[in-house]
Amino acid sequence: MLSNRARSGAAVAALAVLPLLSLTVFFVVPVAGMVARGFFSDAGFDPTGVVEVLGRERVHRVLWFTLWSAGTATLVTVAVGLPVTFVLYRLRFPGRRLLRAFVLVPFVMPTVVVGVAFRTLLSSSGPLGVLRLDGTPVAIIAAMVFFNLAVVVFTVGSFWENLDRRREEAAAALGASPWQVVRTVTLPALGPGIVSAASVVFLFCATAFGVVLTLGGLRYATVETEIYLLTTQFLDLRAAAGLSVLQLLVVSSLLYLAQRTRGRREQALDRNAERESSRPPRRRDVPALTVTAVVLVLLAAPLATLVVRSLQVDGVWSTRNYRDLAGTGDGALLVPATTALANSWRVAVDATLIAMLLGLLVSVVVSRRPRHRLERRGIALLDGLFMLPLGVSAVTLGFGFLVTLDRPPLDLRSSAVLVPIAQALVALPLVVRTVAPVLRSVDPRQRQAAASMGASPARVLVTVDLPTVWRPVLAATGLAFAVSLGEFGATSFLARPDRPTLPVVIYQLISRPGEQNFGMALAASVVLAMVTIVVLGVVERVRTVDVGAF
Amino acid sequence: MHRLRALTVVAALTAGAGLFAGCSVTAPSGDGEQDNQVVVATHDSWAMSRDVLRKFTRATGYTVRAEPNGDAGQLTNKLVLTKGSPIADVAYGIDNTFASRAVDEGVLADYRAKDQPASASAYALDDPDAAKKLTPVDYGDVCVNIDDVWFRKHDLTPPRTLDDLADPDYRNLFVTPGASSSSPGLAFLLATIAEYGDRWPDYWERLMANGTKLTSGWSDAYEVDFSGGGGNGDRPIVLSYASSPPFTIPEGGQRPTTSSLLDTCFRQVEYAGVLEGARNPEGAQAFIDFMTHRDFQEALPDNMYVYPVDDHASLPPTWAEFAHTAARPLTVPAADIARNRDTWLRQWSDITSR
Repeated sequence: MLSNRARSGAAVAALAVLPLLSLTVFFVVPVAGMVARGFFSDAGFDPTGVVEVLGRERVHRVLWFTLWSAGTATLVTVAVGLPVTFVLYRLRFPGRRLLRAFVLVPFVMPTVVVGVAFRTLLSSSGPLGVLRLDGTPVAIIAAMVFFNLAVVVFTVGSFWENLDRRREEAAAALGASPWQVVRTVTLPALGPGIVSAASVVFLFCATAFGVVLTLGGLRYATVETEIYLLTTQFLDLRAAAGLSVLQLLVVSSLLYLAQRTRGRREQALDRNAERESSRPPRRRDVPALTVTAVVLVLLAAPLATLVVRSLQVDGVWSTRNYRDLAGTGDGALLVPATTALANSWRVAVDATLIAMLLGLLVSVVVSRRPRHRLERRGIALLDGLFMLPLGVSAVTLGFGFLVTLDRPPLDLRSSAVLVPIAQALVALPLVVRTVAPVLRSVDPRQRQAAASMGASPARVLVTVDLPTVWRPVLAATGLAFAVSLGEFGATSFLARPDRPTLPVVIYQLISRPGEQNFGMALAASVVLAMVTIVVLGVVERVRTVDVGAF
Repeated sequence: MHRLRALTVVAALTAGAGLFAGCSVTAPSGDGEQDNQVVVATHDSWAMSRDVLRKFTRATGYTVRAEPNGDAGQLTNKLVLTKGSPIADVAYGIDNTFASRAVDEGVLADYRAKDQPASASAYALDDPDAAKKLTPVDYGDVCVNIDDVWFRKHDLTPPRTLDDLADPDYRNLFVTPGASSSSPGLAFLLATIAEYGDRWPDYWERLMANGTKLTSGWSDAYEVDFSGGGGNGDRPIVLSYASSPPFTIPEGGQRPTTSSLLDTCFRQVEYAGVLEGARNPEGAQAFIDFMTHRDFQEALPDNMYVYPVDDHASLPPTWAEFAHTAARPLTVPAADIARNRDTWLRQWSDITSR
């Protein structure tokens, strides 16, 4: 019996080897290489410079603004995200699959383009100019919410969708008011899913870069923008290393807190894969439906300005911008935008495969609950480790690639494989955060029962875990695909010039003069949004099909 | 009913799997390390017609692979960080604001193009050591641009000088990308330093007090806030390039609707050099020679919106007519820039984020 358990422990550990190896080569080594440059001067190890940076008054201000803006944006995203998730995942009405796909669109839009769209709305000449929000923290936070709403909707949604409704019904039948049901039954059950989503949103917000610069009008600095300026403009590697260390500390303590909160709330939940757990809307859903409608309109507004501007040439309606995508613009591009779209598709397929492979391995490992405290700690550590890539500056990672992956056997600096790998590292935490909470809520007694009746670990996985987890897995696949389609930071750094992805091409178009280039950039963004809607629409279609039909 | 549904699902899954399998090809590329390839580390604005590059291949046997690496600053910093294990053979796009850093850090080998056009010497770096390593290829003037239509409609005399921009007549009309996040923004800061010397902080205080708007990048300023940029913005004065006006000739029109103020221009000169430790130094030298040839020089305006250093190279007709460069551009010596850039940028950030 004991040797049996030891063997299964070893098997779980073996599953973690591949993900750990990838993380070490493509994350730990590059970041450590870059940070080390700040700690070592010609005279050897010299941390005084780094320490001095941490004492600067400006650094404290920057850190405070980062925490404050990311924290506020996370709270707002969760607060508006939950009603939307409820409506899109617990209520049944025509068009909900399309709406789910639509919610994901902002997530893939290139920051430069969303920046232009937001500023077109908010600048003093825009339709919302009277609000005077251009260049304020409110605009920055609004954009963060805009980008990250999809994270809450998708991760909480896939946790929520097949939770058994009967618990809530029982509470209601015993006389609980709707609000009491939400407070005492629904929210506690969703706790781990919400904390999971919130921690990812916080990391995305805290490392946001383009939005802060574009919408803050250069008045506001975050740790991320500061690292960017110090590294790319001042080449002040000691200060940049100081801030990177600070970033790591903040992110690690946040992840630790999230894990504590999650751990306390985790419980086995009844899941019902066969029974449809959504129902038609009722009158008491009006508040949630109203919030959702308002949120969807707010999401659509910046996107609508993009569509409108992309369909205009010299103030006249025209589809020329779209037809131009088959060409290279006003000398702006090396390859036609359509070729870039094909590249994006291929890279996204590869990145999704890598992210899913690694993500599922990690999810299986971190969802085990071993009895030994030491083993439990190890698993908690592993869980946090794979979240770190979201919390570390893309500039540090990108420059780290350059300075560490430059000799055999890892001379990968100009290799095309780095692009999907980097994108997969960004998508990996989202996959884990979508799949692991669901896996963890599977009652371990079910697995034990299956095992005691002689099922092999693989068979337990297939018969106990898979029926619960296939929907979240598909959702995670869609999310990973979307991350890859929209990823710009790492991709722009690593993509080969003759094989750009669509976001890279959009950036090239928008930063060059000429109406044609600008129009093409907008048209390409709309195409990117359309591709996302179609792909996610298909994923949703497959996901929500009645399992009994098989 | 159920069976039909199951069928569609199976069909969708199969199609999906087919798409996935068929398209998943980030195949290892065969063009990794070829002896006859010249790798050029350049900035994101790089663009060059295939025909011109083919001429180079025909003449020398070398092919060119360009690798964009951010703006001039990021390019320079990447080269410094990868010193000893260079990412390319040639660096192109290091400008006069970053040249000294690249030279001082020792990332460049000694080489100057053979048979440079006579007019190129005017653009060479002052420091003899730096001039041995960097060959001037092109230049561009960063100038304040105005929307002529707006000023005619509002019956207001357009500004002419940097001083005018701080005049209350032009309150809330100017938008510029910031110096810390944009290379034209940095060029504008240097223009004001060239004009006002040590008193430049006072000028910027006045400029900000007069309602100047800062954006993070050029496209944001030109396409959103500028009234002449197609985005219905409400500011008729913008920081852009001397080469911008020809792009605002309306369809079917003869003249641009915008013009640049030639007394406000800072001249950015772009250089090319062989990287120390290059894998293919001969190819690198051949390409630098080629960059100063007429074929490459005449292709510069259409591809990268910059002016050739060869004053005999012919310009596109709309450029010759509407994209004049400054007769007396504002300049700051490269060595001064290298010494003071960080201090200036920090001071600038303090003034503008108050």
